[in-house]
Amino acid sequence: MAASSMKPLAGGLALAFLVILAGGSLLSLAIEAFRGSTEGFAAFDSYLWRVARFTILQALLSMVLSVGFAIPLARALHAEQNFPGRAMLLRLFALPLALPALVAVLGITSIYGRNGLLATFFAWLGLDIVPDIYGLTGILLAHIFFNLPLATRLILSSLDSIPEDYWKLSAQLGMSNWTQFKLIEWPVILRNISGVAGLIFMLCITSFTVVLTLGGGPRATTLEVAIYQSLHFDFDIARAVSLTLLQLCLTVAILGLLSLAGRPTEEGISLRTTTRRFDTPTWQQRIWNIGLIMTGFLFVVMPMGGTVVSGLKADLSRLLTEATVWRAILTSLVLGATAAALSLAISLSLVIAREHLATQRRYSSAGLFERSLDLGASLIMVVPPIIIGAGWFILSRHFIDPFSLAPFMVVCVNAAMAIPFAFRILRPSWDTAANRHNRLCDQLGIAGWNRLKIVDWPILKRPLGIAFAFAMALSLGDLGTIALFGNDTVLTLPYLLLQRMGSYRTADAAGLALILAALCLILMIIADRGAAGLAGRDNHQNG
Amino acid sequence: MQPLEFMKFALVSSALAFALSSPANADGKLTVYTYESFTSEWGPGPKVKEAFEKQCTCTVDFVAVADGVALLNRLKLEGTTTKADVVLGLDTNLTFEAQQTGLFAPHGIDTAAIEIPGGFKDSIFVPYDYGYFAVIYDTRKIANAPYSLKDLVEGDPKQKIVIEDPRTSTPGLGLVLWMKSVYGDKAGEAWTKLKDRVLTVTPGWSEAYGLFTKGEAPMVLSYTTSPAYHLIADKTDRYKAASFEEGHYLQVEVAAQTVNGAKNPLAAQFLTFITGTAFQDTIPENNWMYPAAKTSNPLNPAFDTLVKPAKTLTFTSEEVAKDRKAWIDEWLEAMSK
Amino acid sequence: MAKSVTEKGVSVRLNAVRFDYGNMAMRFDVSIAASTITAIIGPSGSGKSTLLNLIAGFEKPLGGSIEIDGIDVTTLSPSLRPVSMVFQDNNLFSHLDVASNIGLGRRSDLRLEEVDKVEIQAAIQKVGLAGKEGRKPEALSGGERQRVAIARALVRNRPVLLLDEAFASLGPALRHEMLDLIGQLHKETGMTIIMVTHHPDDALRLSSTLLFLDNGHIIASGPARDLLSDDGPALLRNYLGSKESGF
Repeated sequence: MAASSMKPLAGGLALAFLVILAGGSLLSLAIEAFRGSTEGFAAFDSYLWRVARFTILQALLSMVLSVGFAIPLARALHAEQNFPGRAMLLRLFALPLALPALVAVLGITSIYGRNGLLATFFAWLGLDIVPDIYGLTGILLAHIFFNLPLATRLILSSLDSIPEDYWKLSAQLGMSNWTQFKLIEWPVILRNISGVAGLIFMLCITSFTVVLTLGGGPRATTLEVAIYQSLHFDFDIARAVSLTLLQLCLTVAILGLLSLAGRPTEEGISLRTTTRRFDTPTWQQRIWNIGLIMTGFLFVVMPMGGTVVSGLKADLSRLLTEATVWRAILTSLVLGATAAALSLAISLSLVIAREHLATQRRYSSAGLFERSLDLGASLIMVVPPIIIGAGWFILSRHFIDPFSLAPFMVVCVNAAMAIPFAFRILRPSWDTAANRHNRLCDQLGIAGWNRLKIVDWPILKRPLGIAFAFAMALSLGDLGTIALFGNDTVLTLPYLLLQRMGSYRTADAAGLALILAALCLILMIIADRGAAGLAGRDNHQNG
Repeated sequence: MQPLEFMKFALVSSALAFALSSPANADGKLTVYTYESFTSEWGPGPKVKEAFEKQCTCTVDFVAVADGVALLNRLKLEGTTTKADVVLGLDTNLTFEAQQTGLFAPHGIDTAAIEIPGGFKDSIFVPYDYGYFAVIYDTRKIANAPYSLKDLVEGDPKQKIVIEDPRTSTPGLGLVLWMKSVYGDKAGEAWTKLKDRVLTVTPGWSEAYGLFTKGEAPMVLSYTTSPAYHLIADKTDRYKAASFEEGHYLQVEVAAQTVNGAKNPLAAQFLTFITGTAFQDTIPENNWMYPAAKTSNPLNPAFDTLVKPAKTLTFTSEEVAKDRKAWIDEWLEAMSK
Repeated sequence: MAKSVTEKGVSVRLNAVRFDYGNMAMRFDVSIAASTITAIIGPSGSGKSTLLNLIAGFEKPLGGSIEIDGIDVTTLSPSLRPVSMVFQDNNLFSHLDVASNIGLGRRSDLRLEEVDKVEIQAAIQKVGLAGKEGRKPEALSGGERQRVAIARALVRNRPVLLLDEAFASLGPALRHEMLDLIGQLHKETGMTIIMVTHHPDDALRLSSTLLFLDNGHIIASGPARDLLSDDGPALLRNYLGSKESGF
């Protein structure tokens, strides 16, 4: 009885956690709104529709462009498996997600801005061109910077799921590059593209700092800004709640449309390719591939390089002897690690329960619970942290001191935000392993803790490590949640960074950004090293 | 580290974080809600705490939120159950709204020491510092700085300025009020003209000032006191404030005791302390604002080089509360074209 | 059996071919006569598939040369070699129907002309799939899928056919059926066929020659009937076990 009822229960609990976290805050805000005077629900004026339209437009464009550039880049990376520095490049690709938006924005302007590298280069050439990125261009540039690396890693791992035989077949039949794409790669990409695109869409629809700072003016406003404004400045709770619901509905609608594009069988984010390529690209293709990889590399690394250069100008030796900095690093690591652990526990429960249900039903179509497990893992991303924060604040103030709740809430919200990533990393490995071992384990009576220890743990170690690093990197860079509860005793690294920035200490802020990026890179390397060791052992198969 | 051990580590250390966050409980305790840049190690907070604790033999607990607006929201959320004895960091744009909540009690102290341009009298709120909004420009990029708001509005659109969003930030709202006090009903048209000079509108001061110091734009909306920081800390006079002949909009930051705090004698004592030199000494070079009362020594000479507005512009807190939404909408309408 | 040598059959020669797989150093020196069927057997990891991959051009040897029909093909890319290969799985693209999967053998961009379509039809007839041209792989049985793969090899018109455990996942009856089909096609076309198998009786059913591989080297070669008899090499007898093959 144990396993068959435990698994859905675990999934149910995980889902309940997410529903309570998001729903509880919305509900408590809604109740609060009804108690006070309310005019917010009615106020769906033309301003709001314009904002909603722009929110969707920029998110869709960012999504299309990120995925559109990621496909050729992932293909090139898949074809050039021995490209020197490929592994390091993929590690670097995990960094943009961990950078606070403000740091990324300043990094981007240091390259493409009016006083950036590009402008200097034009001036050196004697050209009278001043790049003007403020507007949709800047927003898209920043969103592609954040999401292209993510999309590339996700698409790369779906390409890794192509059987070796197809590459042999392609070589033997002498398929052209285009035919290869059309017949072999595109079908696999198509199957996974709705998942990748949906994730990016959700990341972009909630964009705040990027949209305002690089958008050039209030025409570029997202619903997230309107939610923040209504809750923070106008303290109009009803409006904030209704805007959040609008944002949720729009997201669900777009995700629904996307899912028509293909059945999402999401692949994980892995570093090493498991398949070998047997086709030999022509030298033209190789030049094209390497050109693409270098372009992608430069696009992602240059803005980070801008951060590194200004970070190195900071007085790093002084920063690293400041007790406050070390306290912030430690706090960030502790909160990040706790959030990552919680995120992993929830994601794994969702993954296990989903696989269990899918296996039980065999060929009938997925039930509501199973679909909810899939969707629940993602939707939490579009409930703004300020809503979760304010909602829980109101709810909890009757029982305990809300400030003592701060670290707890930060951990919960950060964990929830990382779930869509952790879920995508863990699910393919778990599903494949389950598919392979379920019957064997049933037959041998290996179940429960024993199964976890003997069968599942060795296989899951690697994806768990990577998921942990990703989730932790993500919460290391998070700023939104901590700022809400604002408690001086919980001073994280990005919070300290913003404090220094806010008190004119720009150089310190740049130094802290560098420390933050270095921490994330070290995390990714640790995760990959562990993974590479295990993968090396796995790769010795039959000849 | 193995993931399992890592999890253990994480659990143990998160327990540690919880322990850290619970406030100390002692007799003679004063809880002050404020904004985070006040309590940051560079802000006045640590020095104020030390000085007041010496005087009162009590414990000062700072609880910091993001900014002045968040401070008021926090109070509204907590209502009568608030732990705050004193709230420090609201500005004059918010005092009317704050008063309306009924959560604040009259200070009942002598505020004769307070000197604010244009004078300041209020039975509830005690000013502790003030500053003027100003356009800061980069002398290496701009030879002839704008000499008036009108000159800024009508100047060369190729010379850009970064401003803050009034929907999300205090300086942003400050500029809206400044424009309104100079242009009145014509503010909408003025915004439409200024729009071409605006490089971008950032959510907060940090983003705007970051873009400015990165050289993205030669002008930024900040405070007249900003150059003092660069003079004292960076030893450079590269960044200067432009003096506008119409005058500059004033921001006054205030503190007040809550209804709950009025029961704590330390609250009134703290408000009196605010008007004294021990508190005021920390303001100029930690909060980078002008002190609201006498300091024990003259200000750093750098402050003498700053722009001194010919005229001080203000709206009453009541006017701001009443028209803020309409004025922001006017800004939005003009800037979105 | 293979007496009817047609002009289509070609010989395959590996001259001192060296290749490293992990820690295993492989070396192959073998000559396969034109229009014969050769079965390769040996334990897992002995290099059977690698040998086929070398002939097909998927792997590049570290040394030595590979000749097909007397011509050195060592540096030739897979698509230019006179070789077709059928794998155990994944021979077909699941989103393409039978005719298109076969058509890929004619034109890899699927721009098929009339003459191609005639060839494809003929191949479909030959492998016994008439009437199933429009089916997707998921609507076919395992045996039918391998027939499609063989039909594709036929329309490619290459004189060497490599089978990499192509029938390993089929039941005995189906496997025998497929072997008979291969035998028949061999008679008609005179292709040189090299197959990797786990079943020594496959070798007996079809082949004239048997290669036994162990640890990256060819340990024994000769007519299947001789090698598989009780007087065969000791290593091979150990591999087969006592009467394991059950004939």
